[in-house]
Amino acid sequence: MNDRPIALDMRDVRKVYRVGDSDIVALDHATLSVERSEMVALVGPSGSGKTTLCSIAGGILSPTEGRIVVGGEDITGHSESQLTSFRQRKVGFVFQSVNLVPFLTARENLLVVDELGRRTGAAARERADELLDDLGLTDRSKNLPSQLSGGQRQRVAIGRALMNDPELVLFDEPTSALDTELGAQVMELIRSEVTSSNTAAIVVTHDERITDYCDRSVNIVDGKLQAA
Amino acid sequence: MRLALRELVRRPARFVTATLILTVIAILLMFLGGLLDGLIRSTTGAVRAQDADLIVYSDTSQASFLRSRIDPATRAVVEEVPGVFEVGGIGVVQLGARVPGNGPRDLANVALFGYELTPDGVPDPPAPGTAWADEVLRDDGVEEGQTIALGPARSPITVAGFVEDTSYLGQGGLWAEPATWRAVLARNRPDARLGPGVFQALVVRVEGASPGEVAGAIDAATGSTETLTVDAAISELPGVEEQQSTFNQIIGVTVVVALVVIALFFALLTVERTALYGVLKALGARSRTLFLGLVVQAVILTAIASAVGAGMVLVIDRLIPPGSIPLYVAPSRLVLSAVLLVLAAIVGCAFSLRRVLRVDPASALGSSS
Repeated sequence: MNDRPIALDMRDVRKVYRVGDSDIVALDHATLSVERSEMVALVGPSGSGKTTLCSIAGGILSPTEGRIVVGGEDITGHSESQLTSFRQRKVGFVFQSVNLVPFLTARENLLVVDELGRRTGAAARERADELLDDLGLTDRSKNLPSQLSGGQRQRVAIGRALMNDPELVLFDEPTSALDTELGAQVMELIRSEVTSSNTAAIVVTHDERITDYCDRSVNIVDGKLQAA
Repeated sequence: MRLALRELVRRPARFVTATLILTVIAILLMFLGGLLDGLIRSTTGAVRAQDADLIVYSDTSQASFLRSRIDPATRAVVEEVPGVFEVGGIGVVQLGARVPGNGPRDLANVALFGYELTPDGVPDPPAPGTAWADEVLRDDGVEEGQTIALGPARSPITVAGFVEDTSYLGQGGLWAEPATWRAVLARNRPDARLGPGVFQALVVRVEGASPGEVAGAIDAATGSTETLTVDAAISELPGVEEQQSTFNQIIGVTVVVALVVIALFFALLTVERTALYGVLKALGARSRTLFLGLVVQAVILTAIASAVGAGMVLVIDRLIPPGSIPLYVAPSRLVLSAVLLVLAAIVGCAFSLRRVLRVDPASALGSSS
């Protein structure tokens, strides 16, 4: 750790689901801090609580206990509407299955983030063009997802995650659908973009090779975090 | 909303089936409405045309011209009721008319009215032995200046000119001065002949009082009449309420079918979009934005279907031979049908609201599908 600003600060976070008469502890007193420009690999088996942790860090779920601060904003007690607004402004997501909007071009898939939030118009268009250029997709900006390769689609998804200049980007198994070579290229790109955009990132993965691209790894087992 | 519009433009194929079904429903709805309007128009035109507030029938007639009789003494009482401004006698006889040039059995159905107060769109009574004819009689070959023979007595009536929308119980209106009507009635329906000064009903213009109050005052003064407003008299015409009720029920069912089609289509679309909605919600889309997109799509599809449907019904109206079926395509009916369909679309979409609200943005994470 150095003195870079903290982008994500989770303190003693618990998430308990009520299933029938019993409580399922999905996240058990998890504490995690991620600095700006830092990339943390979150490694763990299925059902270990990776998704729950990301959902809470990204403002999709509210914790049962604990405190979450992202980019200086304490979201612990946020309402659903406040969380929606928070996600628009401060979080980027790259999903496992990419999930681009199929009827929008690459450029429009980036701009959709602006359309869902506070519209900035020309500034958003400029930002999208800049990101597409960074991602080497300028000549593909008018292509629909179906006209792009798997790697290109993943790059569009990365661009979309960075569109709102987020404090925190959550990557959910970003290379699971790619072959080894393409996966490596994508991880290099993620590393480069996270550093250049000065954002924090959590990369959820099963793949130990991915951890090489991250600043550190955190294991999660049965909802408990353990430093790797 | 932009997202919804782009989907419509970029993926029109996925909306074609629903739009086609809605177009068929729109055509059905507008055609049924046109038939209802045509039927009502051909049934009620003569009464609707009355430029008056009240119609006075004899109290045992059940508001039927044919059964009603108003004698001069009763008329005199009516004329003295406060609020009564003008009173005119009216009577009708329904007959078959032989039209020159048509076959001997090819009779035109006519309703010959004798009138004193001029209805809307009908000039003052023409000379004895002549009558203004309704436009619909042109379809039977009736022409201006022609003399047609009415009823079994073949009473000659010369057509002085044409008027519009004055049909009565599906028969083309003929409008003559009372003596002409009385003579034709006497010759062709001897059992229904009326004495001098006797009419079947009176039309009353009211001034300085409410028609409802004057109607009550008339009936109280005469003790032998049933006075109705013109609107009530229209409803009392044989078959009018039944026609309206039947057609409105069919139209209502058609609107419900449209609602179900929209509801099912967009419910399926919402199920199909669950993953996408999850992603969009994770990115910051609000449920109301996503639902509004659905509504916008439904309204646009319905508007397109309504526009195409209206165009098709107008074409059908042109293709149908005049006088074959009582279809009357009014712009107001087309607009009303379109509005009903749009409302059905919005209500239909509402069934998908719960599903949109229930889409969990967390579903976008940890999902590989």
